[in-house]
Amino acid sequence: MLNTFSRTFIPAAWLGWQVESNWTHPLVFFLFSALKPISGVMILVFMFRAVSHVSTSSPLYAYIYVGNAFYIYVGAIVAGASYSILDDRERYRSLKYLYIAPVSIPVYMFGRAVARFATATLAVAITLAAGGLIFKVPIHPLQVDWPMFLSALFLGVLCLAAIGIILGSWTLTIRSEPHFLGEAVAAAMYLFSGAIFPITLLPRSLQPIGYLMPMTYWLELVRRALLGTNLSVFPTLVSYSNGELFGVLAILTASFGVVAFIAFRYFDRMARDRGMIDAQSNF
Amino acid sequence: MDSGWRLFLRTIVARAYPRVIGQQRQKSWIFFETFLPFIAVAGYVYVYRAMEASQDFMGFAVMGGAMTAFWLNVIWSMSAQMYWEKDNGNLALYIMAPNSMMAILLGMALGGMVATALRAAVILIFGIWVFHVQFAVSSFVQLFAVFLLTMSALYGMGMLFASLFLLYGRNVWQINAMMQEPIYLISGFYFPVKNFGMVVSLAASILPMTLGMDAMRQLMFSSGPAIGFLPVRKEIVGLVFLSVVFVTAAKYWLDKMERLAVQEGTLTDRRK
Repeated sequence: MLNTFSRTFIPAAWLGWQVESNWTHPLVFFLFSALKPISGVMILVFMFRAVSHVSTSSPLYAYIYVGNAFYIYVGAIVAGASYSILDDRERYRSLKYLYIAPVSIPVYMFGRAVARFATATLAVAITLAAGGLIFKVPIHPLQVDWPMFLSALFLGVLCLAAIGIILGSWTLTIRSEPHFLGEAVAAAMYLFSGAIFPITLLPRSLQPIGYLMPMTYWLELVRRALLGTNLSVFPTLVSYSNGELFGVLAILTASFGVVAFIAFRYFDRMARDRGMIDAQSNF
Repeated sequence: MDSGWRLFLRTIVARAYPRVIGQQRQKSWIFFETFLPFIAVAGYVYVYRAMEASQDFMGFAVMGGAMTAFWLNVIWSMSAQMYWEKDNGNLALYIMAPNSMMAILLGMALGGMVATALRAAVILIFGIWVFHVQFAVSSFVQLFAVFLLTMSALYGMGMLFASLFLLYGRNVWQINAMMQEPIYLISGFYFPVKNFGMVVSLAASILPMTLGMDAMRQLMFSSGPAIGFLPVRKEIVGLVFLSVVFVTAAKYWLDKMERLAVQEGTLTDRRK
């Protein structure tokens, strides 16, 4: 166990961090890391400004801002797992060497996800700080329910990592356009999990998809922890207590964990069988 | 053997051909490249709905989503293309061949534009169908002129970036990914750019999409003239200026890059 950790997890996390960050000077990397997420939320801020009758003191504003900030984790970890596999398999062509090395591939994937988690955390922190300091989002560090926030964050990220492992191992078996898999799932989560609007706005037939997504409950918990009762005007999950939300999220996280374990075994075997470990897509 | 303008034209057609035909051979690509931007469009439309904004704002989001197809095509399939070609080993072949590099880039631009127009049209049609967006076009002639000029300036910029990005090597990947949202923001893909104020809007006008989309919004929606930051005629003049500047700069940098690469022997060096 300790051997696997030191031999696979730490080098994978370190490698992931290097791949993400060493392409430029640390200061430039920091500026770029801030530019992308802040621009993303500023699009929403200016959409608010454009619709003149809506004020930034509206609860909807904080709802959208926080949801968009934490969605950064979804893109980084879920789509990121898929990209990591493709980077290793096709860009750096190193996946085949990892397979013959005495390392655990799922632990390696988890390590790479941790590196993406670190860069995403930097982006989320910058976005939230900008929200509190510049964009008038009512986040006050002294009023945040930190235990609830950290517990929700832990469970949510664990669930995202499980989804990332499912997609990463599925990516291993795809020969045509594998780059789109992670993006498509992350995009669907953006729309259906209520990241930037209450899912009650979706057509009735599509709303059940949102209720099946762990991100829906995770984002609600994070919003409640950061913003308190300011959001009670949105009816989506108002009937759920915090305990119930944690319960649903924990069940979904455990379920995705089990599915991730089975999916890795299944897709890994399929990829080896079909000779996909060193494949180049679209050829 | 063809030479002169005949070779120039044949090169354009030859480079445009795989862009157009390749689209039909890889149908999953068409699906994903229309589906993913449409999801983002839907997200922004629902945000406007949550704000109880007028129907025109939803139209702005749909139009912005359609135009992202062109931006993504320019940034990934034009600007980064020379770097990919170098990585694949094709760049040295392009330079060795007796054709003009400018013709190769023009072919790439024309082929990309035609193929991307299909995707943009699908996003637009889906947007109109699903979200009941209504247009009130005030001048089809001006709208057509604005669209063509926006494309000229935009793909001219792509041709310029193709040379510049080659110098940045593997950083291109990160820079492209990192710059996506900032460009969507300052070009006002999903909201009227007038909200930035005159100074920032003018500074953002160095990107052809800013002027092009502002003019298109003014020409396509009933509330358009009230939300434009410059009159349409001035924006058309601005787009003509940008087209000339970008295409001229692209030619200058392309020649310079070709010279530099040959002198320094980096055409086949995949480490940079």
